[in-house]
Amino acid sequence: MAENYRPKIGVYVCHCGINIGSVVDVPAVVEYASKLPGVAVSREYTYMCSDPGQNLIKEDIEKEELNRVIVASCSPRMHEPTFRKTLKEAGINPYFLEMANIREQCSWVHEDRDEATEKAKKLIEASVAKALLLEALEEKEVDVIPSCLIIGAGIAGIQAALDIAEAGFKVYLVEKTPSVGGHMAQLDKTFPTLDCSACILTPKMVDVANHPNIELMTYSQLEEISGYVGNFKAKIRKKARYVNFDTCTGCGVCAENCRLAGRIPSEFDEFIGMRGAIYLPFPQAVPAKYTIDPQRCLQLTKGKCGKEGPACVEACGPGCIDFEQEDEIVEIECGTVIVATGYDVFDCRRKPEYGWEENANVMTGLEFERLVSASGPTGGKPILGRDKKGEGGYEPKKVAFIHCVGSRDKSVGNEYCSRVCCMYLAKQAHLIRDKLPEAEITVFYMDVRAFGKGFEEFYDRVRREGIRYVRGNPSEIYRKGDDHTMVIKVEDTLTGTPLEYEADLVVLGVGLEPRSDIREIIDLFKLSQSTDGFFLEAHPKLRPVDTASDGVFLAGCCQGPKDIPDTVAQAKGAASSALILMAYGKVKVEAQVSVVNPDECRGCGFCVEVCPFGAIELVDENRMGNIVKVALVNEALCKGCGSCAAACLSGAIQPRSFKDEQILPQIAVLGVKP
Amino acid sequence: MTEEYEPNIVAFLCNWCSYAGADLAGTSRTHYLPNVKIIRVMCSGRVNPLFIVNALQQGADGVLISGCHPGDCHYLEGNFFARRRFMLMRKLLEHVGVDPGRVNMSWVSASEGAKFKDVVDDVVAKAKEAGPMDQFRRRQINW
Repeated sequence: MAENYRPKIGVYVCHCGINIGSVVDVPAVVEYASKLPGVAVSREYTYMCSDPGQNLIKEDIEKEELNRVIVASCSPRMHEPTFRKTLKEAGINPYFLEMANIREQCSWVHEDRDEATEKAKKLIEASVAKALLLEALEEKEVDVIPSCLIIGAGIAGIQAALDIAEAGFKVYLVEKTPSVGGHMAQLDKTFPTLDCSACILTPKMVDVANHPNIELMTYSQLEEISGYVGNFKAKIRKKARYVNFDTCTGCGVCAENCRLAGRIPSEFDEFIGMRGAIYLPFPQAVPAKYTIDPQRCLQLTKGKCGKEGPACVEACGPGCIDFEQEDEIVEIECGTVIVATGYDVFDCRRKPEYGWEENANVMTGLEFERLVSASGPTGGKPILGRDKKGEGGYEPKKVAFIHCVGSRDKSVGNEYCSRVCCMYLAKQAHLIRDKLPEAEITVFYMDVRAFGKGFEEFYDRVRREGIRYVRGNPSEIYRKGDDHTMVIKVEDTLTGTPLEYEADLVVLGVGLEPRSDIREIIDLFKLSQSTDGFFLEAHPKLRPVDTASDGVFLAGCCQGPKDIPDTVAQAKGAASSALILMAYGKVKVEAQVSVVNPDECRGCGFCVEVCPFGAIELVDENRMGNIVKVALVNEALCKGCGSCAAACLSGAIQPRSFKDEQILPQIAVLGVKP
Repeated sequence: MTEEYEPNIVAFLCNWCSYAGADLAGTSRTHYLPNVKIIRVMCSGRVNPLFIVNALQQGADGVLISGCHPGDCHYLEGNFFARRRFMLMRKLLEHVGVDPGRVNMSWVSASEGAKFKDVVDDVVAKAKEAGPMDQFRRRQINW
């Protein structure tokens, strides 16, 4: 097989159906390419990526003894792996491929046929110039550590952890809060089947805690991550609970005796219920171990709790409480990572016209879930306006639900649909109808998106239960007089009539937003965000759980709003992606890494300084008795960014496939005036 | 500028953000000017300042370097190096009499297809204003 010398190039121009062919004059481009230096074959085909298209390339490689291939078609980000494989199958080094992007960066963005054709010619010419100087590269494999780190233990993290653990691999499941369960644990019923959320979730929560392959780390946070696909090293901070985790039985006597019991708003109950300074987030919490809130506990904040000392210490039979406990840093190694950090609900303070902050009977959908949940502060009775002792209050007689609060709303910066609000409001309207058969229930909507399995049927059922749907987006919600009547100002857009609707409970269908602390995860993993602020997947259609960082996968609402079945499906997808790497046990590492020409290296160490991965070191070399320093690249750590090459004064260090000598000919072609 | 001319611009885009952003502009059929020709590099930090000079020397009327937003670099900090080198190179070019509007740098993320179009429009407009680049033309040497 002819290797590096005497390049014989095959140029393959794709029509991509009419995607390229309708704008670019493909035959003219093929003709132009055939006259370029080194080009032996120049062909066109409707779909190069199809089987016949790939076979065309393979046949030419065999018959014409081609040793370089240029495919002028879509973005290399799309099909570079496809055509690399074609080359490999035909028996030549896959790195003898160069792609000219004449679809995304030519035919799809230009209208003028002549201009687009000229540009396509230039792009192909530049690729030919580079291809003449391509080198064969060797793909290396490294072992994958058979364990997975999962961040976030909501339903997505739980499902992914169980799937991976069941397949026989180790899982480190890290959760920031004291209990697993996430938002799903807060929900009362789930739409459209009205399954009790806790009933279907808690068995899974118990499973993750008991599974021999899962190491559950609650009240813990990822601090640092380094390494690369197959070989990550992570530092996890296990925050001090101030309670001995091993001896705590979860009996709860400490919480009953806490001096602040019932005086601190509970996060789990969306701040409408109360807890103490030592607490279990909710009765079914897993692990059932108590935690002391270091921001609120009197002993920890003031160093003093009552005259006789902390009541919890006294009350605790096994003597678990330990105010001297400190955070613990755990270091682990893992081969894959799944990010399942979930979402925040929209903060209604950003829509002050709805009066959520000032009025207790204007509540978010999530607060309403806690209100009607049997484990909630009112035991599932929809009672509002109770005093601090939990007495008094009233049952609402007129209930209004508002759609699209913080979604599909450019004024708050969220253009997207949150996908769950239409259905959870329908479900909540149904729940209120169940609990208060006499209540008047009205839903204000923009339009109802009942797209999922069983959604439309459920929506229909809810409407038949005497729940009125009014099309209109309220402009203002305000309190009328001194009692708890709220007035909703809205226009019924179907009849064109302005309304002032009165209600004594208003539920805002808040949308889903990226977590407010999403930046921390971005900084750790170098993930990208899409325009809506959620994590960006590697490809919107074909790689929906992958990220641009190899070995890091996404599951659940951190990638975009989703309902529970979609979240579970994506979690299973992420688990299977992680399992592919771990089950095979090996992964190909970047072949396009930097390489040093020791004869040109002057040992200055500039490259060592700029390398973000610490992949370069200076080593001693004996040059005829003189010991000199030269740079050496650790190929396992190098990711091929090429920062070193830009810093190198002598051009001794170069990233393979992106060497100066390969880029300069491209510049020469593209820089010349047409 | 007396007569209208079509500037030729060489762009260096990082694989992870700006090249993907340019792809997105394509996928969303955002039309922009064909004056910009793209060279893919893995990271904007790969762009040797000499590439800029080389492109101008070959006859390009403008150069664009585009990378991930500060803090979002796929390689942690390559775009910061790129920015530093770029600023120095631009100062030097200005010092030798090259219109600084010819050399441009931008941050375009993988989700900013529309922004890429704006960047292209801006770069082309600046190059038009600066006129054809012929200060660096290599003299044809006849042996």
